[in-house]
Amino acid sequence: MKITVNGTEHDVTAEADTPLLWVLRDELGLMGTKYGCGIAQCGACTVHLDGFAARACQQPIGSLEGADVVTIEGLAGDGDTLHPVQQAWVETQVAQCGYCQSGQIMQAASLLADDPAPSDATIDATMSGNLCRCGTNVRIRQAIRLAADKMGA
Amino acid sequence: MSRLKTLSRRGFLIGTTVVGGAVVFGSYLVARPHDNPLADDVTDRQATFNPWVKIGPEGITLITPHADLGQGTTHMQAILLAEEMDLELDQFTTEFGEPAAAYYNRGFAAEGAAVMAALTPLEAATVRGPMGAALKVAGIQGTGGSTAAADSFEKLRQAGASARETLKLAASGRAGIAVDQLTTERGAVVLPDGTRLAYTDLAAEAGALEPVQDVPLRPSADWRLVGQPTERLDILDKSTGRTVYGIDLVAEGMVHATVVTNPRRGEMLGYDAAAALDMPGVEGVVEVTNGLAVLADSTWRAFKAARAITFNWGPAPYHTEQADHWAEVAASFTDDRLNATWRDDGDAGAAGGDDIIEAEYRAPYVAHQPLEPLNALVTVTDEAVEIATGHQLPRFVQSIAAGITGHDPDQVRFDNQYAGGSFGHRLEFEHIKRACEIANQRRGTPIKLTYTREEDFAQDFPRHIAMARGRGAVAQGEVRALDLQIAGAPVFASQGSRLGAAAGGPDNQLGAGAYSAPYALPDFRVRGYAVPNLAPVSSWRSVGASVGGFFLETFLDELIHAAGADPVAERLRLIDDPVARDVLSAAAEMAGWGRDPGPNRGLGVALVRSFGVDVAEIAEVEQTEQGLKIHKVWAVADPGPVIDPVNIENHIQGGVVWGMGHAMSCEITYADGMAQQSNYHQHAGMRLRQTPEIAVRVLQNRARIAGIGEPPVPPAPPALANAIFAATGTRLREMPFNKSVTFA
Repeated sequence: MKITVNGTEHDVTAEADTPLLWVLRDELGLMGTKYGCGIAQCGACTVHLDGFAARACQQPIGSLEGADVVTIEGLAGDGDTLHPVQQAWVETQVAQCGYCQSGQIMQAASLLADDPAPSDATIDATMSGNLCRCGTNVRIRQAIRLAADKMGA
Repeated sequence: MSRLKTLSRRGFLIGTTVVGGAVVFGSYLVARPHDNPLADDVTDRQATFNPWVKIGPEGITLITPHADLGQGTTHMQAILLAEEMDLELDQFTTEFGEPAAAYYNRGFAAEGAAVMAALTPLEAATVRGPMGAALKVAGIQGTGGSTAAADSFEKLRQAGASARETLKLAASGRAGIAVDQLTTERGAVVLPDGTRLAYTDLAAEAGALEPVQDVPLRPSADWRLVGQPTERLDILDKSTGRTVYGIDLVAEGMVHATVVTNPRRGEMLGYDAAAALDMPGVEGVVEVTNGLAVLADSTWRAFKAARAITFNWGPAPYHTEQADHWAEVAASFTDDRLNATWRDDGDAGAAGGDDIIEAEYRAPYVAHQPLEPLNALVTVTDEAVEIATGHQLPRFVQSIAAGITGHDPDQVRFDNQYAGGSFGHRLEFEHIKRACEIANQRRGTPIKLTYTREEDFAQDFPRHIAMARGRGAVAQGEVRALDLQIAGAPVFASQGSRLGAAAGGPDNQLGAGAYSAPYALPDFRVRGYAVPNLAPVSSWRSVGASVGGFFLETFLDELIHAAGADPVAERLRLIDDPVARDVLSAAAEMAGWGRDPGPNRGLGVALVRSFGVDVAEIAEVEQTEQGLKIHKVWAVADPGPVIDPVNIENHIQGGVVWGMGHAMSCEITYADGMAQQSNYHQHAGMRLRQTPEIAVRVLQNRARIAGIGEPPVPPAPPALANAIFAATGTRLREMPFNKSVTFA
């Protein structure tokens, strides 16, 4: 089974029903993608799958032959640069515990790739599947608006 | 636990003052300072002046022993040290530090005293000293009860100042220049001619000196970091997925494990693991207390195998059905279950006549469920135990692990980790115990225990269930009397019983958030009733105040409306404290209180003092066709001096989201002895689309510094309930509110 993760092709050995989440974490050692609920209720495991935001806990590896996966580790591309969404997250100081933020950032980056100037209603609807138990909700919204400004500028 | 029992047996008990999970007993034996745990490891090229600062040629390490659960304690502690040391934020690294008596939490004592202070100043004065002394003796290194800032504020600046002055003394010795001719900046001592001697170069000489003590602290006007907006030290890693949490730890040769334990918290009577043992990657099962652990070569294989095991579970040691929990609570407003009278001003019991209002309120069990599931990486060998995960009580982790494995506590090494939230969850020890039980049966093999979300829900000790009965009197447009009885599961007794502490004594959390109200009502009484036979419970962000504040502030709102008075004006009339008055006035001013919000809209207010901090919140809601929409919340808090203004704003916003979100839609209920909620689809809290704008103002009139993690939570549910009443005329007396109203 071959998948591409953050631009690198990997041969993975996990059995077909193993969710992508656990292949990323346990087999490839990419720990930025988080386990929160296992049933697509929290969004902590959000990655980009062939360009779309997806919950990695719901993607059996057996269905992903040849898939292109981007995780939080690969979002910004090479080097020490940050994706504009990450820059906005840092400037807004969104995180408290930070555990949900990889998933929030991946979801937000996907949103802004689809809709560079999302309405408040679109932001609310798109981000409501990502749960922040610390309650950084207000800052998440603020950071997405800031990122949209950065990307539009 | 031996330490705990020793203190208890000596009989200096001051209430059941378990604060944020740490058991606090009276005083004895206060003598020498605790040893510096860093001293054992320093070389002759390094220096450590106190338990918080370590400097060597390779760099500067600041020890930040308060657990970081997301509340920003690492940054908070670091900037206090860096302020007086004249370090910039990029000139040091931080470590959580090892379990050590030197890191005992003075803030627990102050918090205990602050709670008592609401009763009589005399008691507070008596208690503040002895309790602080007892904590020092017990060496309780804990994070909780919103005490980290209060514990650290002077202590860490003093530690930084001591380090700075000792480095100057070393520079003085090397350069032959008097200390008072030297200055410090950016991690270096500066000589009069401008020559810079880096702290790291002075370490060996400074380490040979007796640390300079009793250095006067700089006035707030000179602060560079404290009180200023700074970038949190952990913010970059938390925005790039690089932060390592307990669940991310790996060790050479480690085996993955997950546990399934009795969801009724009773015994495991039997099991059939044959199917699981046949599954790929499964290395075996081992028995643990009340359940089974599955060992496998990956997390997923362990999870999957765990689902393939069938169990025979024993009965629950408490009421099995939720209705019986409520019935037990309802039957507890009796003299023999009276736990304590927390406030008794005037003669609230004598109120009579026509203008008597009575009402009953309910607060359900609620789960903690931080987003990082419980986990621990544990290795047991014959010589040592190594434990790594995020936890709020490191020294208890040590002693509890030692009790399971048979080692001495000193042989247990605990490496604290950044935690993906806690809200009180990581004050408990079940995951530590299970991991130690597994690793002790597989000595030499690192065991990585990861809970499934479902197991985490099933074994969560929830926020206590409670009911309140209010009886009040109004006359001539004023609230005259308020008598509140609160019956609930005693949190500290439940937590304490799991730590081996004797239950009993007054449990101040049964009245917290209510008896501390800054109101000079002529007749005002708050009584707490301890209910037996309920599910085991634990401290949930803001603990007793999370229900007491709701009970008091919604009932007071009912009385104010019955009196025909204005909710803000009448509260201001009743307030007897200038700090609280300014907090409420500021919130009213921000919200434009008194304006007409328009059709189907209403504003509701609440003011709660908890953990010594007054917080006022005003919510504006609208009844829309899709349901109730919370448009905006204004929140004002006065925690005293501010260390990190960005973090405070973030936490007040988060406290509003936490408090309102759970009040809207969350509860844990029991059927057949098991929690009926198993994952976030049944217990999510506030989603982004439900989240209002939240405007925050922080006042600093309070003289002594206090914490901000918990105080924003208690006013959130009553502010929302009171706003819904203003918008709709529906009075909400039971959380979660979605039992009787619909949210958009």
